[in-house]
Amino acid sequence: MITGGPLRWAPRVTVALLILPVTAGLLGTVIPAFNNDANGLRDLLDWPGLRPAVWLSLTTGVAATGLSLAITLVLVASLWGTRIFTLIQHLLAPLLSVPHAAAALGLAFLIAPSGWIVRLLSPWATGWTQPPDLLILNDPYGLSLTLGLVTKEVPFLFLMALAALPQTDVARRMNVGQSLGAGRIAAFVISVLPSLYRQLRLPVYAVLAYSMTAVEMAMILGPTRPNTLSAQVVIWMADPTLRFQATAAAGAVLQLGLVLLALVGWRLLERLARRGIVSLARAGLRAHALDAIARILAVFAGTVTAGALILGLAGLTMWSVAGLWQFPDALPEALTLRTWMRAAPDLASTGALTLGIAVTATALSLALVLACLEAEHRFALSPDARALWVLYLPLLVPQVAFLPGLQFAALRSGVEGHWLAVAAAHLVFVLPYVFLSLAPSWRAWDTRISVAGLSLGATPARVFWRLRLPMLLRPVLTAAAVGMAVSVGQYLPTLLIGGGRVETLTTEAVALSSGGNRRLIGTYALLQMLLPALGFALALLLPAILFRNRRGMAVAA
Amino acid sequence: MTGTLDLKALRITQGDKLVVSLTQQVAPGEVLTIMGPSGSGKSTALAAMMGTLSAAFRWEGQILLAGRDITTLPPHKRGVGLLFQDDVLFPHLSVGDNLAFALPPSVKGRAARRAAINDALDQADLSGFAARDPATLSGGQRARVALMRTLLARPCALLLDEPFSRLDASLRVQIRSFVLSRVRSEGLPAVLVTHDVEDARAAGGPVITPLGEPVSI
Repeated sequence: MITGGPLRWAPRVTVALLILPVTAGLLGTVIPAFNNDANGLRDLLDWPGLRPAVWLSLTTGVAATGLSLAITLVLVASLWGTRIFTLIQHLLAPLLSVPHAAAALGLAFLIAPSGWIVRLLSPWATGWTQPPDLLILNDPYGLSLTLGLVTKEVPFLFLMALAALPQTDVARRMNVGQSLGAGRIAAFVISVLPSLYRQLRLPVYAVLAYSMTAVEMAMILGPTRPNTLSAQVVIWMADPTLRFQATAAAGAVLQLGLVLLALVGWRLLERLARRGIVSLARAGLRAHALDAIARILAVFAGTVTAGALILGLAGLTMWSVAGLWQFPDALPEALTLRTWMRAAPDLASTGALTLGIAVTATALSLALVLACLEAEHRFALSPDARALWVLYLPLLVPQVAFLPGLQFAALRSGVEGHWLAVAAAHLVFVLPYVFLSLAPSWRAWDTRISVAGLSLGATPARVFWRLRLPMLLRPVLTAAAVGMAVSVGQYLPTLLIGGGRVETLTTEAVALSSGGNRRLIGTYALLQMLLPALGFALALLLPAILFRNRRGMAVAA
Repeated sequence: MTGTLDLKALRITQGDKLVVSLTQQVAPGEVLTIMGPSGSGKSTALAAMMGTLSAAFRWEGQILLAGRDITTLPPHKRGVGLLFQDDVLFPHLSVGDNLAFALPPSVKGRAARRAAINDALDQADLSGFAARDPATLSGGQRARVALMRTLLARPCALLLDEPFSRLDASLRVQIRSFVLSRVRSEGLPAVLVTHDVEDARAAGGPVITPLGEPVSI
C-alpha cells in the first residue's frame, strides 16, 4: 500500500519504547550493585533484616497471587452464567480504577485498631473504650499487606478471565461436562480451566511480580521491622545522604532474582497442577458435594474482597468530611467541609499536575496503540506470542529493579524532576494496559465496513478517521480511561523520575500515610480515586450522548 | 466513464489448488454470473477484482477496467463498487451521511451535495429519509440505500456478492429487479456471485463457475 509510510514503523517504535527503558534501566541498576568491589552487595548481606525481608517478599507475593487466582477461579467456576456474575461484571470497572494507594489507605482505615471495624464492635462487644494496642496494620507476617494486594488483584485477574472466557467455549464445555455426570466445579476444572489458564498465565505472572515488589502498598500496610525488600530498597534510595545507593542497587538486583525464582517455582507448580487435573479426569472426578461449598466460598470471598475495597473507600470519604470523631463512635459527631476547603489550593494544584501527566501519557499511549493496531490491519500483520511478552515486559520486571537505573539516566541527562519526564516514564506502564484493553474490540470490528468504505473510493486514512474510530469510540475511550487510571496510580516512577519534586496525588497520599492526619489523607486518596472514576464515567456517557439516535451503536446485550 | 471489464487469464491458487481461472469480458450493462457451491472460490474471484485478496493466495493475469489496468491498484483507486450480502450501512451515520460519504469530493458546495443526495433518495422511493437512523429502516429500504450509496460513488464496475440471499422471497424479486435495472440504465459491467438459479436467470448474462466452465440453468 502506498499510504502510511510512518505507520509501518509504529509497531517497531512501540516495541522499542517498551524494551529500551526496561533493559537500559536494568543495566543501570545492576552495574552500581557490583561497582567498588561489590560494596553494595556486602552491605546488603550485612543488613540484619535481610532474611526476614526476603522471606516477607516471597510469602506475601506468593500468598497474594495464589489467593487472588483461587478466588478468581472459584468465582468464575461457581457463578458463571448466574445473576451474581452479571452484578460482579458491573462492579468491575469502578473497582479496577481504584489506585493501589487509595485501596491500601482505605483498608488501613478499616482494619486499624481505631478503624471502622473495631469501632462498630466497640464497646458493646469488645469492651474497648480506647483503641486496643494491637498490631493489626503493618503486622509482622504481612497479612494485612496480603489482604490489600488481594483486593486489588482479584478484580484485575477477573477482568482478564472475562476477556479469555469467550475463547474457551465455556458454555458448551460446561454443558458437556455436566451432562456426563460431573459436578459444576469438576466440569470447570477438567474441561475449561486448562485453556482458560493458558490465557491467564501472563496476567498471573504480572500479578506475582507486582505482589512481590509492590512498594506503596507495602509502605502503607506492610511490616516495618523489617520492611519488605522492595520497600527497604526505596527507603535506601531516598536516603538524602546518598550513602545507601549501592546497597539499594544490590537489593534491587536481589529482588529481581527473587521474582525470577518465584516465577520458575510457579511454572513448576503449573506442571504439577496440570498432571493433577489429568489424573482427576482419568479418575472420573464428579465431586457434586464440592459445588455447594464452592458456591458459598465464592460468594464469601467475593463479598470480602469487594466489601473491603468499597467500605475502605467509604471510610476515606467519611474521614475527609468528618468533624470531631472520637473512639469508639461509629460515625463522626458532625460533618464538615473544613478539611476540603483548607486543602483545596494544594489539592487543586496537585490534582492538575496529576491530570496533566495522566493525559499526556495516555494520549501518547493511545496514539501509539492505535497506530500499531491500524498498521496490523492495513499491512495484514499477525503479531505472535513474542509480541505479547514484550507488552508484558514492563509488568513482569519489578519496578524497583529497573526504575533506579532509569532515574540515574534521567539525572545524567538533566530531565529528572520535570513532569514530562515523569509522563514519559508512566508511558511504559500505561501503554501495555491501553493495548490490552483496546485490542480485542479493535480486532473484532467487522472489516467489511472497511471494504465497503474503500469500494466507495475512500482512502484507508478516511476509513480510519470517519468509520473505524467513531464506530469504536466506546472501547477507545474505555482504554483511555484505563490508561488514566494506571497513570494516576503510579507511585514509584513518579517518585524516582520526578526526583521527589513532582508531587502527584499518589505520592502525596503515600507521603501523608505515615503522618496520621486521617482527614487530609482522606481528601488526597478520594481525589486520587475520583480522577479515574471520572474518566470511566466519561467513557460511558460520551458515546451514549453522541450516538443517542443510532440504535445500531447501542451496547450489545 | 463506463467501459468493459476485462478479465485476462486471471488465475488464483491457494497452495497447490487452483480456485479461480477466468478469461472473460463483461460489456457495459451486462451481468456476468459466477455460480458454485460455497468454498468454491466465488468470493476469492470477487476479492481479486476488489483488490482485497489475502496474501495466502497466489495470483496471475490481468484485470482491465475501461482500458485501465487495475490489477495492482489499491481498492479505493479501482473504481469498483461492491454490494454485500448484508447492506453494511455505517451504523453511526444517518442515511443521508451514509450517502454523503460516497459522494465524490468533485461534487462541491453544500447545496449541490445535498441535492445529489436527495435526488438519490427520490430515485429509491426514500424521499425525506436523509436524517433517519439506518437501524430504523426496513430490510428493503436498507438494501436500496446500500445500492444508491454504491452508485453515488460513480463506480466503473459493480460487484454483487450474493446481495439478495438474505432478503425474503417477495422482497428478493423486487430488490433484484431494482438493482439489475440500475445496472442496465447506468451501463455498468457487473459481476454477480450467487448460488441461486433464479438470480442467474434474472441477470440474463453468461453463467460460469469460478474456474470458467459454463453452467447451464
